Amino acid sequence: MTTKTTAGRPVKRSTKRFFAAFLLVSLVLAGIVSYYASSSPDGLEKVAADKGIDSKEKDHSLKDSPFSDYGVKGVDDSRLSGGLAGVVGVGAVLLVGGGLFWVVRRRGGTPEHGRDGAQGSAPAREPAGSEDA
Amino acid sequence: MWQLRVPCNCHAYALRLDLPHSTGRTVRDVHVPDGFINAPVSVAAGAVAVAGVAVALRGARRELDDRTAPLAGLTAAFVFAAQMLNFPVASGTSGHLLGGTLAAILVGPYTGVLCVSVVLLMQGLLFADGGLTALGVNIVNMALVTVLVGYGLFRLLLRVLPKSPASVAGASFTAAVVSVPCSAAVFTLVYAVGGTTDVSVGKVAAAMIGVHVLIGIGEALITAVTVSSVLAVRPDLVYGARDLVKPLELRRTGTRDGAPGGTPDRASGPAGDARTPEGPEPSGASA
Repeated sequence: MTTKTTAGRPVKRSTKRFFAAFLLVSLVLAGIVSYYASSSPDGLEKVAADKGIDSKEKDHSLKDSPFSDYGVKGVDDSRLSGGLAGVVGVGAVLLVGGGLFWVVRRRGGTPEHGRDGAQGSAPAREPAGSEDA
Repeated sequence: MWQLRVPCNCHAYALRLDLPHSTGRTVRDVHVPDGFINAPVSVAAGAVAVAGVAVALRGARRELDDRTAPLAGLTAAFVFAAQMLNFPVASGTSGHLLGGTLAAILVGPYTGVLCVSVVLLMQGLLFADGGLTALGVNIVNMALVTVLVGYGLFRLLLRVLPKSPASVAGASFTAAVVSVPCSAAVFTLVYAVGGTTDVSVGKVAAAMIGVHVLIGIGEALITAVTVSSVLAVRPDLVYGARDLVKPLELRRTGTRDGAPGGTPDRASGPAGDARTPEGPEPSGASA
């Protein structure tokens, strides 16, 4: 299935390691690097302010939420506050997104079979699986 | 002495570099807020978004399996993280990744729409970023348009380019760079129909598309670098480039399929599939 080995175990482990690395990169970006992001208004915000599109902008209905504006309420250190918010966001998106994708996914194939089957021979197996998605 | 001084200089330089464009206080990552677009058009955009997400939910089933479902969750998390990283594009203006093209190339177009939609939903609910009444507008602009344009162009380019990692990188870059101004154009269109303020649509279009061409370059760099990195480490995990790894898979499935079809003595089917290390691994490896 992958280029590396023929045995199942090492392939599986390397996928896990890749997933772990991918998650780590996201956590570092959101938790640490985000502090150094530009705080200038973004394209839309700038154009809106320049042209006056935003004159009827309303406050966000959840602006008093504990993580509003990418900070953690009650944490004064801005580096820590923003970093924590970033980590919370990565976790929340992973949980909600990953949960959704796990529910939606095609069942019936073993993980080893999944991708190979997706190349064309899978549909034969698919109807046999439960349609409870 | 020397060794001490060098790191010190580096640090001071890094600090000075960082200070001008980062107060470190707020990561402003502002999507369309409430009040930009009137209620009827917001509702209409919401209906389009719901329809788009529904189609994506159906289509994503074909793209997701036990292995790609976690990858898709991680991709959504990565898009969220990358969207926090506003980069300067012009004086006093920043931009950030939209991520539709990137997600679609990594995990498939249907799943890509869902990735960006989940990010937008969580940003609206948790971080008060992007108005809740504007969620439909934001999903249309940033999930549907970017995936349709970005992934469509990506596949089109790959069809004419030679099959190589360099082509994938180039196609990713081009697709992403085009997708961002398209998103800005669609926002302008929505504004033209349902804007709450009375600003010349031509002016809005020129300003929006102009600045988003620049933001598109940043989007393209992040997209091309990310796709190329994953392609280098795990080409089998890049949905949009699955044609590239096909010859390799054919060879492998060929040897595997040959076993049950050919000789009955090798019909250790389940064991062969599971590939337990203690199992008939040597026979498989020797093929």
